[in-house]
Amino acid sequence: MPTTTIAGHAVEVNDEGFLTRPDQWSDELGSELARLIGIELTDDHWKLVHFLRDDFAEQGETATLRRVSTRTGTPVKSLFELFPGKPAKKMAYVAGLPKPKGCV
Amino acid sequence: MQAFVSHVTAALSGGSQRSGYPWGYFRIMTTTTRSLVVLGAGTAGTMVVNKLRHRLPTTEWRITVVDRDDAHDYQPGYLFLPFGLIEPDQVRRSRHALITEGVELVLGDVDRVDPTAREVSLLDGRTLRYDELVIATGTTPRPDQTPGMLGPEWHRSVGEFYTYEGALALRESLAAFSGGRLVVHVTEMPIKCPVAPLEFTFLADDFLGRRGLRDRTEIVFVTPLDGAFTKPVASRELGHLLADKRITVETDFLVEHVDQERRVLVSYDEREVPYDQLVTVPLNMGADFVARSGLGDELNYVPVDKHTSQSTEHPSIFVLGDASNIPTSKAGSVAHFSVEVFAENFVEHARGQAMTHSFDGHANCFVESGGGKAMLLDFNYDTEPLTGTFPLPRLGPMTLLKESRANHLGKLAFRHLYWNLLLPGRPLGLPAQMSMAGKVPAAVSA
Repeated sequence: MPTTTIAGHAVEVNDEGFLTRPDQWSDELGSELARLIGIELTDDHWKLVHFLRDDFAEQGETATLRRVSTRTGTPVKSLFELFPGKPAKKMAYVAGLPKPKGCV
Repeated sequence: MQAFVSHVTAALSGGSQRSGYPWGYFRIMTTTTRSLVVLGAGTAGTMVVNKLRHRLPTTEWRITVVDRDDAHDYQPGYLFLPFGLIEPDQVRRSRHALITEGVELVLGDVDRVDPTAREVSLLDGRTLRYDELVIATGTTPRPDQTPGMLGPEWHRSVGEFYTYEGALALRESLAAFSGGRLVVHVTEMPIKCPVAPLEFTFLADDFLGRRGLRDRTEIVFVTPLDGAFTKPVASRELGHLLADKRITVETDFLVEHVDQERRVLVSYDEREVPYDQLVTVPLNMGADFVARSGLGDELNYVPVDKHTSQSTEHPSIFVLGDASNIPTSKAGSVAHFSVEVFAENFVEHARGQAMTHSFDGHANCFVESGGGKAMLLDFNYDTEPLTGTFPLPRLGPMTLLKESRANHLGKLAFRHLYWNLLLPGRPLGLPAQMSMAGKVPAAVSA
């Protein structure tokens, strides 16, 4: 796995730039990852990012967009406004988690 | 067995041999029959009851299966109905006729499951007690979950082929189609038989070509995924096929609503895809009673151990087929392989032993690609669909992820295997565990 330096920390990433070790993530790193994709994190963003982190710790996989929406009570439309274009992927990226799995 | 039971019964009623048996022996033989209740008599449920009826003595286990109606459809046939490639009567049979003797079929709608009382209540007020429960109620297209999808144009310019009625209505729509924009659309993953929308697209290309309408038709494939498919090798091969057939792909499209008046799909990020004929795959959800019983996730799928299909919360509940949350395709072949593993495990479980068999997520499916050809996919939890060959008993090796006539014939032949071997629970000669024999690893297939 390639290693890169983000916000002064050496982290392992995959070929799409997603962190491969969720334990290397921190809030500071999250802010920097968000900045790299042009997002300034607000409280609304943080609520979702922290939900993703907690849910991953419990479930062992990244929550789907629907799960994030249902569990946090955030309309999907708002998720698209907060993380434009590809919210599921962008949220996972910022939270230092693998892309949510689409099923075959 | 029957002679043995009446012998013991005679002994119990006070016959002269009574003193010849130790007490513990009587206690075992007088234990009341246990009850296995299976919810859903589709592919998984039918296989479960037929396999287990042959494995569990009737003196020890009563088996009941519940479904809302008596129509069992060969669901892979829905794909062919809109193109007139199969007739409706080849797709539908009576559930009764497919269920083995010694299994009771109860027709009724499930209201809820009470895992503490081990009781299933039906909407008409009847209740069924169980010792062990199998939930096999599948997944269902839910057009009601997307604003504007149901409406005056539902089953007209807004078509679908995931129900018997929808596939037949689409046959009418396609017969009357004279060109324009044909949009094939997937609402959200996961969906039942995830390759079917691509297959539909390939068959539509073929169908329109034969009718001289292909040059007057733009075919667009709209998906919430970032490619034709999720798994990289398959996505690449299927992506080539779409490009070769001049089919446009609109990716990362999550529909917010359907505007039937303007005939457009509108996404959450405000993109619009116009259509003349839409063929949509609505959101798929597990049964509502799963939610009412507090057993499901946000899409009403029941969380299970992916290797044993046992509910993570309730050890007396198993979930087979599309109703569970296992991380693989919602497809008949997954139901088939997982039921084989489950049947072995359940026999052990019923004896109070540990379950020693493990399901690896194995699935394979023929993917119809049009022009009388098909591809074959074979994969499991850990290995994505790969290129190479697949050793099929009797018919010889089939090519994986490449179009061939043999694969198409295999797909057609499967309907007969389904009715005559698969549902009765007879062996197909395919191993439940995936094998790497003949496969080209992803690293060297590019």
